[in-house]
Amino acid sequence: MIARPQSNLLAATLAEQGTTILSVWSDRLKKSGALASGRIREAELQTQCRTVLDLLTPAVKDGVDAAQPAFAPLRDFLADLSRSRAVQGFTPSETATFVFSLKQPLFEAVSGTKGADPTDVMRTTWDVTQLVDALGLQTIETFQKSREETIIRQQREIAELSTPVVKLWDGVLALPLIGTLDSQRTQVVMENLLESIVSESAEIAIIDITGVPTVDTLTAQHLLKTVSAARLMGADCIISGIRPQIAQTMVHLGVELNVVSKATLADAFALALKRVGRTVVAVKARELPAS
Amino acid sequence: MAPVTSDRMEVRSSDDVVRVRQQVRARALEVGLSLVDQTKIVTAASELARNMLDYGGGGVATIEVVSDGIRRGLRLVFDDQGPGIADIQLALKDGFTSGGGLGLGLGGAKRLCNEFSIDSKPGEGTRVTCARWK
Repeated sequence: MIARPQSNLLAATLAEQGTTILSVWSDRLKKSGALASGRIREAELQTQCRTVLDLLTPAVKDGVDAAQPAFAPLRDFLADLSRSRAVQGFTPSETATFVFSLKQPLFEAVSGTKGADPTDVMRTTWDVTQLVDALGLQTIETFQKSREETIIRQQREIAELSTPVVKLWDGVLALPLIGTLDSQRTQVVMENLLESIVSESAEIAIIDITGVPTVDTLTAQHLLKTVSAARLMGADCIISGIRPQIAQTMVHLGVELNVVSKATLADAFALALKRVGRTVVAVKARELPAS
Repeated sequence: MAPVTSDRMEVRSSDDVVRVRQQVRARALEVGLSLVDQTKIVTAASELARNMLDYGGGGVATIEVVSDGIRRGLRLVFDDQGPGIADIQLALKDGFTSGGGLGLGLGGAKRLCNEFSIDSKPGEGTRVTCARWK
């Protein structure tokens, strides 16, 4: 964008009245309760305000288009600020208000300039509006993005946390599934299970679905795929934890899991031990320690 | 027979299918359906919502608590503006799928409900209504 005369008024205003704008702005922020939540200290807020003005002053010399390279340091600073506020638990409006509240001090400073042409003041006011809006919107966007990143990261963590493969005995693995079994999680589950089958040279894998609230045809299909893959690796699967209501529903759905299934994990474990040639017996009374 | 409560939910992603399922479960509890009936209607909702997402390009699920004066029940309506179903009888047949599924969802959902109807015109979309009574 070519330098326009009206932005010179803004640049001049910022250069001359920077200190006044800063104090008016931080006063307004304080009055609007920016510190009330206690998530940010006064000195910190003051530094943030000063940095924004310090970065804004040189940037407006060549125009007020916030997408220009001259605004890059300011954009980066605001992005960092909104990211850190997202983490600190500020609401999106609190974060955006920080930027939008700059409008009034700027308006006042621009219109208070002595000897300025009224048309110039009008145009500069409009420029300030557009500029602050653009910066404010960008802050919200970054805020949103960092929230989304947090959510995606948590989803990944949950997916990993909820699909552990547990070794119950030599050659016997258990895979307790908890939550919804969607395509993405099935992939994680399958990978974990197949890797553990190799590393533990497992013969039997027990897939426990006690924690799966709904078994529909897609879930069933995912289970069947996992079972088939395990079979190809030389391990037999037992499905356990099918609750009565799920069993009835599956029968109505017409889903057939052509795999050995048991009502509880304990039953499945007993069967698995039998298959690997072990058995669990009660310790006889006389063999118990005397005390 | 006006619904007692009505929830309208957009289904645009597989997360929405989970949310529909949770809402149906909450409403089924409210109606007082037994655990088996709850599971049945929730599973049916899951099948129908996913069908709507996979084959109808997403749509709107409406969950209504209905009462005929004596009994209470749950009615689910799934509306999409997708390509529609050319042959409903074939679509209901077990093992038939136009995607990569097991081909049991639609027929299975019908068996899981007390009332079930499909209204579809090729090119105009599909409306599946199902209900489970206490």
